[in-house]
Amino acid sequence: MPKISVADLKKIKERVREDNSLREGSQRVKITVHMGTCGVAAGARTVMDSLMGEITEAKVTDVVVTTSGCAGMCSKEPMVTIEMLGQEPVLYGKMDANMMRQVFKRHVLLGEVQSSFAIAKG
Amino acid sequence: MIELSLHVLDIAENSTRAGAKNVYITIEEDSAGDILLLEISDDGAGMKEDMLNKVTDPFFTTKTVRNVGLGLPMLAQAAEKTGGRFSFGSKEGEGSRVAAEFRLGHIDRQPLGDMASTLVTLIAGNTDVDFIYRHRHNEKEYILDTRDVRIEIEDVPINALAVLSLIREFIQDGLREINSEA
Repeated sequence: MPKISVADLKKIKERVREDNSLREGSQRVKITVHMGTCGVAAGARTVMDSLMGEITEAKVTDVVVTTSGCAGMCSKEPMVTIEMLGQEPVLYGKMDANMMRQVFKRHVLLGEVQSSFAIAKG
Repeated sequence: MIELSLHVLDIAENSTRAGAKNVYITIEEDSAGDILLLEISDDGAGMKEDMLNKVTDPFFTTKTVRNVGLGLPMLAQAAEKTGGRFSFGSKEGEGSRVAAEFRLGHIDRQPLGDMASTLVTLIAGNTDVDFIYRHRHNEKEYILDTRDVRIEIEDVPINALAVLSLIREFIQDGLREINSEA
């Protein structure tokens, strides 16, 4: 039975500790992927995988990812909310892996809201 | 749902929203018996007895944002169309248990799909909940317990991307080692 490699986790622990920005409270961006039944069925997990891949690739550490339940707009799923420090949250709808990549690269990294995918602000 | 792992994600999200501290996800593949069992149980709020027989009614939900509840009915339907069965048990104040049994080799059974992605998504979105994932394939077994992970990483948050990526790798390796066929 494979066990968690303790050595690997210890390495991660040291690496993450060096980077203080990962501590709670110092996040610049919070990204919520809506993960209700409707979101999951519409492909929210693929969007989440794409987002995590982008964050890892961009090597940014001030972005936190979380999930939420159904918001009642099931026909607009998969939905993603981007909350940047000091700005109004932006809700994106009908997302897929590629759109998530674009939103991450343009909105999260460069601050350009992708209004063609956005369905609400505030 | 196109993968059973998406059902697992959906049902386990229910557990976290019911205030569970521990969510137990169990998958058992029994080749000789032609059975694939999915079980999700939790120590969340549970349900009143009069609600129990309504959970597979698609027009019953505890949510207020919409008036349909499709998660459990879809899982029940997926299990039953393979000749399997679905069961739900819950006790108010103690927790809930969802079990779905599939015929492992049935042509209508969805593939299990990406369990690593399901677990990582659950952990990322519910940092205060522990997930105990046990996956058995005949005699071989793989276990991931986030309580063990937390002990190792000490004060590092479990939703740090580096930790999540490693957990994803652990699960992928683990399932390869037990030769999961689902």
